[in-house]
Amino acid sequence: MANSPKSQALSQEARAILNSKFSRRALVAGAGALGGAALLTSCGSGDDAASGSGSVRWGNWPLYLDYDDESQLYPTLEAFMESTGITAEYFEDYNDNDEFFGKVQAQLKIKEDIGYDIVTPTDWMAARWIRLGYTQQFDKSNIPNAGNLLETLASPSYDPNREYTMTWQGIMGGFGWNAEKVPNGIRTLDELFAPANKGKIIVLTEMRDTIGVILLSQGVDLQTVTEDQFMNAVDFMEGKIKDGWIRGVKGNEYAEDLTAGDAVAVIGWSGDMFILKDEYDGKFDFAIPESGGTISGDNLVIPYTASAEAKVNAEKLINWYYDPAIAAEVAAYVNYVTPVKGAQAEMEKIDPDLAASEFIFPSEKTLANLSVFRSLTPAEESTWTEAFQKAAGN
Amino acid sequence: MKKISTPYLLLLPGFAFLFVFFILPIINLAQTSTQTRVVGGDVLEYEQTLRLANYLDAFIENREQFTRSFIYALIATVLALLISYPLAYALAFKAGKYKNILLVLVIAPFFTSFLLRTVAWKQILGEEGFVVPSLRTFGIISENTTLTSTSFAVVMGMTYNFLPFMTLPLFASIDRIDPRTLEASEDLYANGFTTFRRVTLPLSMPGVVAGTLLTFIPAAGDYVNAQILGNPNTKMIGNVIESRYFRIVDYPTAAALSFTLMAAILILVTLYIRKAGTEELV
Repeated sequence: MANSPKSQALSQEARAILNSKFSRRALVAGAGALGGAALLTSCGSGDDAASGSGSVRWGNWPLYLDYDDESQLYPTLEAFMESTGITAEYFEDYNDNDEFFGKVQAQLKIKEDIGYDIVTPTDWMAARWIRLGYTQQFDKSNIPNAGNLLETLASPSYDPNREYTMTWQGIMGGFGWNAEKVPNGIRTLDELFAPANKGKIIVLTEMRDTIGVILLSQGVDLQTVTEDQFMNAVDFMEGKIKDGWIRGVKGNEYAEDLTAGDAVAVIGWSGDMFILKDEYDGKFDFAIPESGGTISGDNLVIPYTASAEAKVNAEKLINWYYDPAIAAEVAAYVNYVTPVKGAQAEMEKIDPDLAASEFIFPSEKTLANLSVFRSLTPAEESTWTEAFQKAAGN
Repeated sequence: MKKISTPYLLLLPGFAFLFVFFILPIINLAQTSTQTRVVGGDVLEYEQTLRLANYLDAFIENREQFTRSFIYALIATVLALLISYPLAYALAFKAGKYKNILLVLVIAPFFTSFLLRTVAWKQILGEEGFVVPSLRTFGIISENTTLTSTSFAVVMGMTYNFLPFMTLPLFASIDRIDPRTLEASEDLYANGFTTFRRVTLPLSMPGVVAGTLLTFIPAAGDYVNAQILGNPNTKMIGNVIESRYFRIVDYPTAAALSFTLMAAILILVTLYIRKAGTEELV
């Protein structure tokens, strides 16, 4: 295929380094995302399972599930296996939406097993999977907890009745900064592009977040954004790159640039910044822009290549994680927006501070200031992505 | 009969490997490169329209990154040569009993992943590393100058990463030089520089050519260094191909760019070999 040889040559750990979700654990290891590389193992042999009622294989983003360093196991997943007797294999190799799609699309096209019964694409990529018919409709009788999904997430445009997708975690896009270098914080785009930050700004490769934040600051509604408005915002970004304001357009690695001191201000993600703030005793901070931030979700999706038995197991797994107590346990680790009603009450029991966090349990007021990027047509998706990539130097 | 078939049989595994992992992908790549997007179709929907203009479009749109790739690769190659030649010379003639240990040290970086080593450079050249603060203390760079996310960092990373590919062939060549030829040169009243210019350098030319090729070719197609150490204004053609394939899901352009890169490298290398004359290489 027309793949670049280098990218195929990259090893699993290499990809993890380039793309891995930033984590509290990796920070503790003091090596940024490097720590994630060693953790690409699957878990659970299933020997201790109650009964052998099949298995389920889950491909998820690295460091996106509660993990116990000592036992090297995922506690909530272990509990799932014990409770259901289903063997769950967990793979932390969903590193990047585009890359994962590039990796499995050829098999999906000819309906050959891709090696996963659940995958975790972001909204727009989940929309693409549904559009291409690569997903299976849920049997909701296997997911009684589906009713726990927050109302605000219950009917996205790409899946109005949540028949193919269930949110795993929600992600806010906004401004992050180094509080020592930017003591007054950042609330507006002008403050992001303040002269003192010149050359030390990073924006996200996820165009719906980066361009979304710029569009919102220009007063554009992300639900009705037109091509002209989008291109106008891309031009704005391109100008800032050409003039040396923006030093990089990056994925999760922006967190390394922040901790290394090379970047002081970013358009970034809530969970990452929350973790940085915690680990570095308030040296970093995050805010939703005054003009509004973005919110998106990563979704649990069952590929149409999963067997009938695996599909049922996958649905049981989804049901498990929609139990508020389990969801709270996961949220306490990953620090992203939890999609499960009742998890906040459960979090009170685990960690009252986290239960009060607007990053994990955003209030109505916070949610009102967050926008979802509208679904794009396939033609728009190509043209807009191309324009964004070109502006980013590619 | 038997006399003819044996060498062919021996070649069989090599040919089979090349067929499956080179010829077939190349054919696939060629087919993809002339396809176009189905009008109104979804991503991944392409049809074969034999559109050769894909090549022209791809080249014109990305000539900036093409040019940059070759310039960076050229600078990295020249730097690697300047660093490697004295090193290889010292290894061959001056290292004595330490020769083997020093050779192992040259190869040692290969024991670690290419990627990890590049990420390490990001740390070394970063604000919190020791290089930037030291340079600032001595006033060599200003308070606002950074080293990461610059073309300097990209070229340095490339030079470092490909250095052993330059050093080893150079060493092999220089090590083969008979020291008596150098003595003979001295006996004929040549000074050190003349000896180097008239004897050592010509005899080590095969190593120079092999080393420069082994450095330049992978450097021109590299995208890891630009990805990790560069900024959006230092992207190379490898980054564009990656973006076309994975991000934009535009396989035809990615394929056309890959072919154009291969062709460009092939032409440059051919010209270079003609000029340098490498009977011993080919």
